[in-house]
Amino acid sequence: MTTTAKPTLAPRRHVANTVSNWVDRNLKWIFTAPAIAFVALLIIFPIGYTVFLSLTDSASSVTRPFDFIGFDNYAYWLTDVTRFWPAVGRTAYFTAVALTLELGFGLAIALLLRKTFRGQSIVRVFILLPLVATPVAVGMMWLLIFEPTIGFANVLMKSLGLPAQLWLSGKESALNTIIFIDVWQWTPMIILILLAGLSTIPEEPEEAALVDGANAWQRFRHVTLPLLMPTLGAAAILRSIDAMKTFDIIYATKGRNGGSNNEAETLNMLAYNESFGNSQYGSAAALLMLFLTFIIIILAVLAILRKKGTRV
Amino acid sequence: MIALGAGMTACAPAGGDSSADVTELTLIAANSPWTKGLETLAVDYEEETGVKVNLEFYGNEQLNDTLKVKLNAQSSDFDIYAYQVQDVMREFSRNGWLADMTDYVSSDPEWDWDDFQSSARDAVTLDGVVYGVPVMTERHVMYYRSDLLEQAGIPVPTTLDELAAAAAKLNNPDNGFYGIAMRGAKVPLVTQFSSFLYSYGGDFQDEDGNATVDTPEAIEAYEFYGKLLKDYGPPGATNMGWPEASAIFAQGNAAFYLDADSQAYTFLDPANSAVVDTVAYGSFPAGPAGSHPYSIVPQTVGINEFSKKKDAAWEFIKWVTNEENSKKLLSEATVPVARDSAWADDEATSGFPAGLVEIVRSSEGTVGHDRPQLEQVALAREIVGAPAVVAIEGGNVSDSAKQAQTDFQKLLDGEK
Repeated sequence: MTTTAKPTLAPRRHVANTVSNWVDRNLKWIFTAPAIAFVALLIIFPIGYTVFLSLTDSASSVTRPFDFIGFDNYAYWLTDVTRFWPAVGRTAYFTAVALTLELGFGLAIALLLRKTFRGQSIVRVFILLPLVATPVAVGMMWLLIFEPTIGFANVLMKSLGLPAQLWLSGKESALNTIIFIDVWQWTPMIILILLAGLSTIPEEPEEAALVDGANAWQRFRHVTLPLLMPTLGAAAILRSIDAMKTFDIIYATKGRNGGSNNEAETLNMLAYNESFGNSQYGSAAALLMLFLTFIIIILAVLAILRKKGTRV
Repeated sequence: MIALGAGMTACAPAGGDSSADVTELTLIAANSPWTKGLETLAVDYEEETGVKVNLEFYGNEQLNDTLKVKLNAQSSDFDIYAYQVQDVMREFSRNGWLADMTDYVSSDPEWDWDDFQSSARDAVTLDGVVYGVPVMTERHVMYYRSDLLEQAGIPVPTTLDELAAAAAKLNNPDNGFYGIAMRGAKVPLVTQFSSFLYSYGGDFQDEDGNATVDTPEAIEAYEFYGKLLKDYGPPGATNMGWPEASAIFAQGNAAFYLDADSQAYTFLDPANSAVVDTVAYGSFPAGPAGSHPYSIVPQTVGINEFSKKKDAAWEFIKWVTNEENSKKLLSEATVPVARDSAWADDEATSGFPAGLVEIVRSSEGTVGHDRPQLEQVALAREIVGAPAVVAIEGGNVSDSAKQAQTDFQKLLDGEK
């Protein structure tokens, strides 16, 4: 046994050496390979397939025969003034208003919570509660609260002597009511991020300003805010991407079409309806590609603004 | 060789060797009274045959989304699925997602396919091919508050005009009480609007399948439906599907509620209903062309074409829809089953509200569909529902109906 094993040992060691040499030389590729494979499988392939579908008239079942129709789907959406452009407008309005309110309230509440006070930890937990609730459940809950006939909101309005409102059921009020829900749910996240940002700001500059006789507003405007700017920018980018893609609460409160007059139909809702409701995979894919393009453009603009901001 | 043999027998009716080895089946469905009854039946089936049936239940829309994703991927991880015939049978069968069950249903005379209501059998048959077994039926009925009608001395309405008059008389919006609650959201309302359309002498399509939603009858029906909700309905009606509209009635805030009879159980549950003792049931009131409510099959069980256990799946479907279990479902879980023998059995129907049983037994004048009949049902519902929303909001119905007619016809032409 030993005699037969000996001759084979040398070449085997030789092979082992060659392999380990090769591994040493290509270490950076080998160690990153799982990550690259992961990205390829889960990001590049789906996007590539979506681009492919967006150039076809695939519908109903992806295994059914379909034709390549070039950029017809894109042309269809870009010229659609009944559904597409209003949805773009609503997405922009929703994102801008919700983001502004969330950053405003978030900043104000974070500054209040920054100072230590009795019962601070309890208050913090309560403020963060909306964040941990499931969005669909949140939507269902507010749908009941805002029910015009049997909901709590109108009972409250009437007891305060105010006129009852249609809230989520109204053509004009629906989107604003959904913004309210979004602000209720996501302001805590902004608070969380800003509190983390505030805790990293050194106290010395503010103390120096205090010694120099700056009042509270001046200390905030010229000392705290500039130092908090990078955190605020990060929070804004995170939240704006999420707000643009908001789906759960709109779906739970207004259904698949964003209401009877499509009054709460954003781009994400429209794309969902086109693919799952209408089974038009080709045009839904084109719509999603347009949506992705919009998000990338807005992110680029925000990134440029952030760079400029930090340079000044 | 064995695999090949199993593959071949899978196409043949009445389980051969291939179903003998199956120990587990998976069924997915949308929540309904039927799925509630199924939970106990599945346990019985496992005890009786040793085959475990895994049940997965979703909401209606979520089920359709799940089915589309799984079937597009040709998934075989479920064997049986319940689906809404009216919504998806055309699309799914043409996609090759539903197994042909024609041979299965005629394979066992004792199980008796002919015992199923003929309208229900028609509903699950397309171009001569049977794609499922109907497990629930559904009719449009009028729920009303017997106490309020009695107090006001109003007889139970038998025509739509009488209904409007009664709703007007009982409507009291200052006190948060409304004459009538119905679906007013664009897509959900289409199915409930259908009976109004038929009773006014219209339909969504003519015999050749062309659009007919701008006929004078259709416009009148749209206007009537809209007027009911605009003048005597709760605020925010255009945001209401059946869960919202029925909640208004269940809370005791409306005198009438017109929707499917399969919701009767929601008003009989004291936990959710303030009208347990005062709700009563009437036939759909007659319009100018008579009373023509829809009578449809909302839930059907079919077999996944990609399933590798088709014969075993059929054995379960056959068992769960046999006469004994149909009667059990009707009496214990108030499932409006599709078997004539179950409805003829007084004992089986005893758990069902008496007023409703009579309505089910007399199916005269009913129409077998409650929405446009084509592949792209979802898109068509958006189109034909729009004029009703315009009517509820008090807009120009005839312009909206003309637009709907053009769009709907275009959609139909695209499928030809």
